[in-house]
This record gives sequence, C-alpha cells and structure tokens, in this order.
Amino acid sequence: MSGARLDERRLGLLLCSPAILAMLLVTGYPVLYALWLSLFRYDLRFPAERAFVGLANYASVLSSEVWWRALANTVLITVGSVTIEFLLGFALALVMHRTLFGRAAVRAATLVPYAIITVVAALAWRFAFDPTSGFVGGLLGLDHAWLSERWSAFVVIIAAEVWKTTPFVALLLLAGLTLVPPDLLRAARVDGASAWQRLWHITLPLMRPAILAALLFRTLDAFRVFDSVYVLTRGAQDTESVSILAYQALIVRLNLGLGAAVAVLIFLATLGIALLYLRAFRSGLTGRDWGGPA
Amino acid sequence: MSGRPRIARPPLTEWLFWRFTVVVVVCYALLPVAWLLSLSLKPAGDLADGRLFPRTLSLEHYAAVFHDPQFPAALVNSLGIGLIATLISVAIATLAAYAIVRLRFPGRRLVLVAALAVAMFPPIAIVGPLFDLWRGLGLFDTWAGLIIPYMTLTLPLAIWTITAFFRALPWELERAARVDGATRLGAFRLALLPLAAPGVFASAILVFIFAWNDFLFAACLTSTGASRTVPVAITFFTGSSRFEQPIGAIAAASVVVTIPVVLLILLFQRRIVAGLTGGAVKG
Repeated sequence: MSGARLDERRLGLLLCSPAILAMLLVTGYPVLYALWLSLFRYDLRFPAERAFVGLANYASVLSSEVWWRALANTVLITVGSVTIEFLLGFALALVMHRTLFGRAAVRAATLVPYAIITVVAALAWRFAFDPTSGFVGGLLGLDHAWLSERWSAFVVIIAAEVWKTTPFVALLLLAGLTLVPPDLLRAARVDGASAWQRLWHITLPLMRPAILAALLFRTLDAFRVFDSVYVLTRGAQDTESVSILAYQALIVRLNLGLGAAVAVLIFLATLGIALLYLRAFRSGLTGRDWGGPA
Repeated sequence: MSGRPRIARPPLTEWLFWRFTVVVVVCYALLPVAWLLSLSLKPAGDLADGRLFPRTLSLEHYAAVFHDPQFPAALVNSLGIGLIATLISVAIATLAAYAIVRLRFPGRRLVLVAALAVAMFPPIAIVGPLFDLWRGLGLFDTWAGLIIPYMTLTLPLAIWTITAFFRALPWELERAARVDGATRLGAFRLALLPLAAPGVFASAILVFIFAWNDFLFAACLTSTGASRTVPVAITFFTGSSRFEQPIGAIAAASVVVTIPVVLLILLFQRRIVAGLTGGAVKG
C-alpha cells in the first residue's frame, strides 16, 4: 500500500515535471537574466563598453519624463478600456443570460473578436478611422484625422481594445451569472426587493469571484498593451505605452541594459496589480457575509 | 414588474427588444470583419472612396497577396509554428492535468499556482533576455525560437482548461478498467480518452489562437521570411512605394487569415466557451 503511494507520488511529479521545467526555463530564468542585464551598461551597438553600473539604468529610467509619460498613458488605456469593457461586458452577459431568442447567435458573435488577430483588428480600425480610406469620418460627418491627435488616438486605441476583449469579459461574467441561484432572486422578489436591490444585494455579491477574475485578467492584459498601440500610432502623438517603450529600447535601439530595466519595472508593476487583486479576492472569501437579501 | 419572460408567449415589445439586441451584438462583432472584407474586394481605384460597402467587386488584391512571396511564406510559418507549439503545449499540459486530477502527490496545487503566475506574466519582460540568448544560441529568426516561448506561455491556459475538463470526467470508468487489469495508460486510453478528447481539442484551439495571434515575440525574435509569422508580415507589408501602405493587399491577407479561424471557433463554440470560462471561474 505504501509502495503504491510512493509510486503515485513519483509518477505525479514525473508527469508534471515537463510543464514545470518549461515554465521555469522559459519564464523564470529570463526574468532573472533581465534583472541581471538591467545592472549593466549593455548596448549591442557598442558591445565593448559593457560594464557593471549597479542601479544606474533604473535611475535614468525613473528620472526620465518618457517613462512616467508612458506609464501614465498605459494607466489611461488600462483604466479606460477595462471600465468600458466591464460595463459593456456586463450588459452583454445579461443579454446572453436573459434572452430566450438568438442566444446561440449572440454567443457565436461574441466569439468572433476573440478569433481575430489583434494586429488585424487594429489595422481594420486604422483604415476605418483614416480620413481618406475610412468610413467613420463620413458616417459621423466629421473630417478629423483621428490618429494624428492625442485624445482621439487614445479613443481609437481604447475602442480597438474594447472591441477585441469585451466578449471575453462577457463570457466570464456570464459564467458567474449562471452561478446565482434563481430561487434566491425569486424569493427576494416575493419579499419586495426591487430589480436594482436584487442586482446590488444578491447578484453582484455572488458574482464577486467571476467579477474579480475578469477584472484581474483584463487589467493585467491591458497593462501590457502593445499590438494595438504599435499598429495604430507606433507611440506617436504621445500615446506610447510602457511595453512600446521597452520594445523601443530593447529591439529598436538595442540597448539591452536600459531596456531590461524598463522590463523589470513593468514586471514589478504587474506584480503589484496582481497582489492588489489577490488581496481583494481574499478579503472577499474571509470578509463579511454578503449573501441574502437581509 | 421587470420583464422576465413567462411560460406563455412574451409580449411583442419584449420580443422585438431582444431581437433588436441580438442584431446589435452581431453587428458589433462583425463590423471590422465586414469592413476588411469590403476593403479587400474594392478595386484599387475605389480604396479611397470612404464607403463602407464596395461599389464594384474585384479579386485583384487576393491575386496580388498570393503572388507576392511575403504572405504565403508567413502563412506557412504561422501554421507550422502554431501547430507545433500547440502539439507540444497540449501534450505537456495533458500529462500535468492527468497527474493533478488523478494522482495524490505533494505540490499538486503548486503546479496550478505556478501556471497562474506565468499567465499573469508580462511577455515584454522576457523578450529582451530571449533576444540576447537566442542570438547566442543561434535560435534568432528560426521556428524553434518562436515555438519555445509560445508553447511555454500557453501552458497555463492549456493546464487550467484541460484540468477543468478532466475534473468533469467519470473517473470510475478508469478505476474499473484498472481493476480489470488494464495498465494506467491502457485504462486511461480505453476508458477516458474518447470522453476527454473533445475537451483537449478545444484547449488546443485556444492554444493555437494564442500562438497565431502573437505579435510581440514574432516582431522581436524574427527578421526575415524564414520565420516571420502572419501578424508581423501583415503589419510590415510593403507595397510598390515604401511610404504607402498597400491597404487592399493587407485587407485581403487579413480576410484570408481570419475566416478559417472564425469558422473553426464557431464550429467548436460550446466547448471553447467552457474552456475560456471554466478555469478562470472555478479556479
């Protein structure tokens, strides 16, 4: 019996080892390597000048206005797109949950944006908002070069992100909605709770895990926005995101030391966001009881 | 009271409201696809007419896209790299998922937590190191150079979705087969594989879409047609003049790479939805 037990342990570890090894080697190791690189002056155009510089790369990133502007832009895109996605996604989830007609059509339609390459969708938006080839100008009766001004470029970037990822949010929230017992809602209605009260006191608290999961995934995803910004503006009009900034330093200017410092800072910011959400999760699990129309 | 549909036929206004909503959602989802399709079918002279629908149809951009060597090469690269990465990722994830669901061993939860950590990871953080390492190892601008990050970064998705599918399987069948003397592998293959296959296939589609969609790694770790994938090739398409983007060709290429994936996803939508949401909500 204990021999079989030991066998099972060994087999379990053996079966998991390829996955763990791959994740350690291809994400764990490079992150440590990035940390290491960030401590060096290391520019591939001048490889002979490689030297240990301590935290100098961080000092120059954190003291440059470019970094803080990119961070502000990224936060703007993240907050803007996640907020709109959540509201739209919630509405869409309610539609999918409540409608008896065309439920299949709605679900199929929501999967279409997911199947489209982000870059391709961004190109579609770029051509659509283009003053010569696009139809948006004509449709709205505006003659505006959307991507050549900062505020409107952000509108297009956020619209592209929202279009692409709202379905994912909607599907996650729909999964959460189906976990709300209909009996509870019916009982609350009998007790005289209004639709608004039922949403606020029953549905939303019970959906808390699904809501947090959707927000967490989308916030992290939006924070690393790269494809849409690259295609739509390439960071012009002061729309650069932090990922674009790192890409410019690493791949365009081949300054691996400085780029690695930017990458490590992005990693830390992501970690911070994830920890904040995880704390919210935990307080949701152990915190006061939300359920029931008290 | 609010309009929850009764058992009898709902009122006409309500019926109209839902019908209208469905139409709005479908238009929302299809608008960019329809727009690209329209652009791709406009003759070159009409590209700047700013109309949503083409006045006359022409297939010239499709012919151009397949005549130019850039696009067919990228298509082969994308398919090859995506399929190989999917195969490896799903195989590794299936082993891990079987162990997590069926076996008792220390660190079972740890695999799931590690996968979650990798899923939250910003890819840009490893692009620089991989760029440096790949140049040293001779993996820069090769298929393997993209397959390795893709198969790894998709492992979380694959492990979580396959684990969720496996949890729902009737494991008594497998135990019965083992009691009857089948080996571990034999029992799984005979009793459960037929039931598990659709779920595994659905996560394979999700993994493939991740690799198919990636732009960041492909833009940073490739430089020529040898390994350039579709997203990069389309973004960097060059027309006759380098200052003018060949809109028609880009649109045609976009349609070619979009339609098959949309059809694939619609064909397996039920399981894909389960895969997308199952891991996240239950986990």
